[in-house]
Amino acid sequence: MTDIFASLGIALRLVLEGDPEFVRIVALSISVSLASALLACAIGLPIGAAVAVSSFPGREGLIVLMNALLGLPSVVVGLVVYLLLSRAGPLGELGILFTPPAIVIAQMLLVIPMLAALSRQTVEDAWNEYREQLTSLNVRPWRAIPTLLLDTRVALFTVALAGLGRAFSEVGAVMIVGGNVDGVTRVMTTAIALKTAEGELPLALALGVVLLAIVVTLNAAAALLRQWSAPRHG
Amino acid sequence: MNRKRSSRLAALLAASLLAIAGVAVAKDFITVASTTSTEHSGLFKHLLPAFTKDTGIDVHVVAVGTGQALDMGRRCDADVEFVHDKVAERKFLDQGYGVKRFDVMYNDFVLIGPKSDPAHVKGLELEAALRKIHDAKPPFVSRADKSGTWAAEVRAWKHAGIDIAKQKGPWYKETGSGMGPALNTAQAMDAYILADRGTWLSFKNRGDLAILVQGDPELFNQYGVMLVNPEKCPHVKKELGQKFVDWLISPEGQHTIAAYKIHGEQLFFPNAR
Repeated sequence: MTDIFASLGIALRLVLEGDPEFVRIVALSISVSLASALLACAIGLPIGAAVAVSSFPGREGLIVLMNALLGLPSVVVGLVVYLLLSRAGPLGELGILFTPPAIVIAQMLLVIPMLAALSRQTVEDAWNEYREQLTSLNVRPWRAIPTLLLDTRVALFTVALAGLGRAFSEVGAVMIVGGNVDGVTRVMTTAIALKTAEGELPLALALGVVLLAIVVTLNAAAALLRQWSAPRHG
Repeated sequence: MNRKRSSRLAALLAASLLAIAGVAVAKDFITVASTTSTEHSGLFKHLLPAFTKDTGIDVHVVAVGTGQALDMGRRCDADVEFVHDKVAERKFLDQGYGVKRFDVMYNDFVLIGPKSDPAHVKGLELEAALRKIHDAKPPFVSRADKSGTWAAEVRAWKHAGIDIAKQKGPWYKETGSGMGPALNTAQAMDAYILADRGTWLSFKNRGDLAILVQGDPELFNQYGVMLVNPEKCPHVKKELGQKFVDWLISPEGQHTIAAYKIHGEQLFFPNAR
């Protein structure tokens, strides 16, 4: 128990002192996670919506596959991205292994299935509700996608936040493709893993507390943003 | 509109991301595949700033087990290898992946165990200690991750006349983890473990563990450095990587290694020739 209380004190000191190395790690965590979550939204939400409104043979199978991908082990994603980006791999010419863009790619690939599966369900419910109305207006299913995405934006916002949380908390894939290089690809989660390895457990936990505080702050900011925008669009 | 706002936000983020990546690549840098023992012991935090100051070259260290570090070199993902398993390094050289190997420094392995020492190994030579552990069967944590330390442990069992792969039992815990995590495991189960002295000295979560066997010549732990072969890997930063190799074995590099101490105790002993 004393360790846990000690770590709260350390967490507070870390934040107040604002050690440059600590700030850099936090900033990198935030920027790569936001970037990967946004990219994943741009790809995952339209995929989910497209599957929601379309009917084709094998659709049920695809939905099962999408839902199953929610359980994709992150180490597998990390390994696949590593093999792709490795100099010996097909995208080796890019030379971005062990750089922040490699982390963004891995996190994005982890978040996309989650966004696609969850948004598919949300959009499909809305589609079932408005289907007759939209069809009577002669709107083709594909044309309905932007309307449906806009209409379900509040629910999708929560989905997107879940995706952001997934990106933030990722460690296995980020360790493999980022390499936890000091000052270059060391993010909150890999720093926690490193401090644990060094036996500095209270410090590791303190970093965990800070990570949690950041995620809570981002979610609170998102909630405020939603409230503030609701009257105008709602 | 939400979309306009978010696209602006996306543009901002993309720009900041590029900026981060830009900072990382603006300076000359090399990628060094090295071991968890050198990273977890804090050596790089002491050593690399001195090298960067002398040469202006940044060093990106990816710290993994020696086996994985050498594999990174085979996939051409590293410019320099800085590892500690001479047998595996020779194989790497024989396969043509390394240019030339240089001794850099050494420290030693230590046999760690609970202070109560249920197997009564304190002060023994390594082989005798391992035989006693094998007889008494207290918990023993093995890295089992193809690291240099694990290779040394397996060799030591063999020299003690024990075929550990065949004679292991539930007492022999193969964790497949780095030095630090394996020490955390050993601490939690009051187990014996072979560790490198550098990681042990900087390790904070010792609990009831202590050094029980040390100083046996068989515990010698040699670190070597080599440039990844540019003929096999055209992307290797030949000149920059060679500068790092040359600096490590130069008087300045060797002096900087010797100057690294924790609580007044020197962790690594330079021995380049």
